[in-house]
Amino acid sequence: MSALSFHFDIDGEDFSSAGEASVAVKKKLRQLGFPSDVIRRCSIAMYEGEINMVIHANGGTADVLVEPDKITMILEDHGPGIPDVELAMKEGYSTSTEQIRNMGFGAGMGLPNMKRYTESLEIDTKVGVGTKLTMVVCV
Amino acid sequence: MKIREIAALLEARVLSAEEELDEEVHEVFCCDMMSDVLAFGTNQSVLITGLLNPQVVRTAMMLDMHCIVFINGKEPTPEIVSLADANSIVTMVTELPMFSAAGRLFDTGEFDTGE
Repeated sequence: MSALSFHFDIDGEDFSSAGEASVAVKKKLRQLGFPSDVIRRCSIAMYEGEINMVIHANGGTADVLVEPDKITMILEDHGPGIPDVELAMKEGYSTSTEQIRNMGFGAGMGLPNMKRYTESLEIDTKVGVGTKLTMVVCV
Repeated sequence: MKIREIAALLEARVLSAEEELDEEVHEVFCCDMMSDVLAFGTNQSVLITGLLNPQVVRTAMMLDMHCIVFINGKEPTPEIVSLADANSIVTMVTELPMFSAAGRLFDTGEFDTGE
């Protein structure tokens, strides 16, 4: 199998449709026959990223590169950026509003979950400019 | 335990994916925070929750869960039910609160407590 790539635009206006790109990636990985734990780790990491983009950054883009031995997910937004990455990586730390918590998110587990389920998570962020996350899951 | 037996124990009304009722499930996770489900519920197959929005179904999909139990008689919207149905996830509504719903299932001794 040669490398395949998929591009998604994440709509920041509609919380109820958040996660659709992750569902699409999950289905594609399943069709391609990846092991279920790899599929699950990719889906969760990308879903957390997608939710974050909707909650914090008014949407963005997701590019997924699928290779036989690894899956790379690049999530990019033009949101507010993360002022203190170390703090944002702490489980339970969140800047979400009460409204977001009422929807079941904003428990401060997003970035920690992305790290937990991937082999590498790179965060390239600048306050006022945006955030680019690069996550790799190895097969 | 079959999902059908869970519905009977919880006196719950099944809303979607009735063709999956004979599916066997072995683990249950109770939570309203989807972030916590994603962090700690990764080997679970039944989600008991009081949260009602489409993200509950998507979270269950990400984790390959088979069944969602909505507690306190909270009725999910048709959008939630049809999303679950399209993805073969059984949804059901019980009048029981979280503690009682979980307790009835725990008491059967048939579920892995994950401790």
